[in-house]
Amino acid sequence: MIFRRKYDLALERDGAGLFMIGTVALMVFLAALALAAAMAVNGAVGRWDRSLAGRLTVQIPPTSADRLDAVVGLLKGTRGVVRAEPLSVADTAGLLEPFLGSAIRGADLPLPRLVDVVVDPNAPPDFAALRRALTAAAPGALLDDHHLWLDRLFALAGALQLTAAGVMLLVGGAAVLAVVFATRTGLAIHQNVVEVLHLVGAHDSYIARQFERQALRLGLEGGLAGLVIAAAVLALLIRIGGGGVGAAAAADSGAAAASLVPELALTGSQWAVLALLPLVAASVAMLTARITVLRVLGRMA
Amino acid sequence: MRYGTGPEVLHDIGMDLSAGSFHFLTGPSGAGKSSLLKLMYLAERPSRGLITLFGRDIATTPRRDLPALRRRIGVVFQDFRLIDQLTAFDNVALPLRVAGMREDTLRAQVTELLHWVGLADHINAKPPMLSGGQQQRIAIARAVIARPSLLLADEPTGNVDDRIAVRLLRLFEELNRQGTTVVIATHSAPLIARFPHPVLHLASGELTVSRRRPDSAAAAAAAESDA
Repeated sequence: MIFRRKYDLALERDGAGLFMIGTVALMVFLAALALAAAMAVNGAVGRWDRSLAGRLTVQIPPTSADRLDAVVGLLKGTRGVVRAEPLSVADTAGLLEPFLGSAIRGADLPLPRLVDVVVDPNAPPDFAALRRALTAAAPGALLDDHHLWLDRLFALAGALQLTAAGVMLLVGGAAVLAVVFATRTGLAIHQNVVEVLHLVGAHDSYIARQFERQALRLGLEGGLAGLVIAAAVLALLIRIGGGGVGAAAAADSGAAAASLVPELALTGSQWAVLALLPLVAASVAMLTARITVLRVLGRMA
Repeated sequence: MRYGTGPEVLHDIGMDLSAGSFHFLTGPSGAGKSSLLKLMYLAERPSRGLITLFGRDIATTPRRDLPALRRRIGVVFQDFRLIDQLTAFDNVALPLRVAGMREDTLRAQVTELLHWVGLADHINAKPPMLSGGQQQRIAIARAVIARPSLLLADEPTGNVDDRIAVRLLRLFEELNRQGTTVVIATHSAPLIARFPHPVLHLASGELTVSRRRPDSAAAAAAAESDA
């Protein structure tokens, strides 16, 4: 029942209110974009991890290409290996096609042979021993467990998420400062009425309640406006980005083609998280207004 | 008492208002009547000296205890200090709301008092739409609605005609009979003459008290005016 009765102070009509709505709208807009980016990166990291977990690639140099069957046999006989499937020369050329062009298919290039290996993630083989055995079976053979690539990718993703968190912290801090400024301005504008309220026996908390109710209302209004704009921008970005086609294709075509581009599509629960932003902003605004009023009034004689 | 670092506007004043008393406060402009009232309604604190109100030394009373004391004081400000965006009803109801009274309880009280001060037809009017006299009556209604222990009024009849002025003074007397201590600051000698209450005279920093009876002519005029 926070909006049951109108205010004793004309808070609805002062310029500080409009300033607060605009500021909160902008902050929620920026926070929504940062949060969406963080969630997209988080989703991409999860997909990369899932798509590559338990997968290895064995690369046999052209000079040892005749050892392919021996290597596949070795892999299939290794405990912990679930599957070992050699890629055809055409498939290998297909992987290089995005980088070297379609001419690669007809060219007579010495391509390495690749073996796609799936291991049991719960009981993986001894990789060091497997590497030694592969080198013995096919000199120059490499076992790639993708960790180096994934570790760097995870580090980058973590940095991006930290950046997003930092942006959100800065946005939150700026919002708090804006509410403090608007509340102090409101107190200055309504100084005479505040004095009358004191003289008729109002506690500071009675006056603070009026400001916090106003801040809650303005925070909700501004927050909803910012969220609507952010949702429109995100929808546009998702449309332009193809709704994460890259990731979907990656899932279809296997681990080696795992997408480098974070999927822009947001799940229902992620949209729900974004929808909480106006409530969070309004709550922060309300709390900030209350603390500000109590501190300012508390310094009075 | 002094404002900021300025000169003392009141000094060496001693007085004792017994509970249930009725006093007029008068004196030339600039003598410090409003400042004395400000001390009494706790808008200012004394820079030195001792003021005891309801048994509390107001110089040392913690800020958190002031609202409870202020709720026992009704004030009619010289410039009314009504809240422009509130209706007459809401202005009068303010002390009750601040004290936490329920809306359904305060409604009848506020309506009855507005009726009594002749503003029943202006319950929903906002102060800027009302005359000075009407605003003054709202200010008086706001000051007395919570039946204060101490009523302080700064020129409360300055904007109303004689008939209304006498009627308002009768209201103050009625409150006084019920136990409210009343102090009325006024320049109006004719008004003071109509009522038999002692006068506090403030001039040149000195406060003198005159205890008197109204002269018979003034009393007769007051009675006639009441009739």
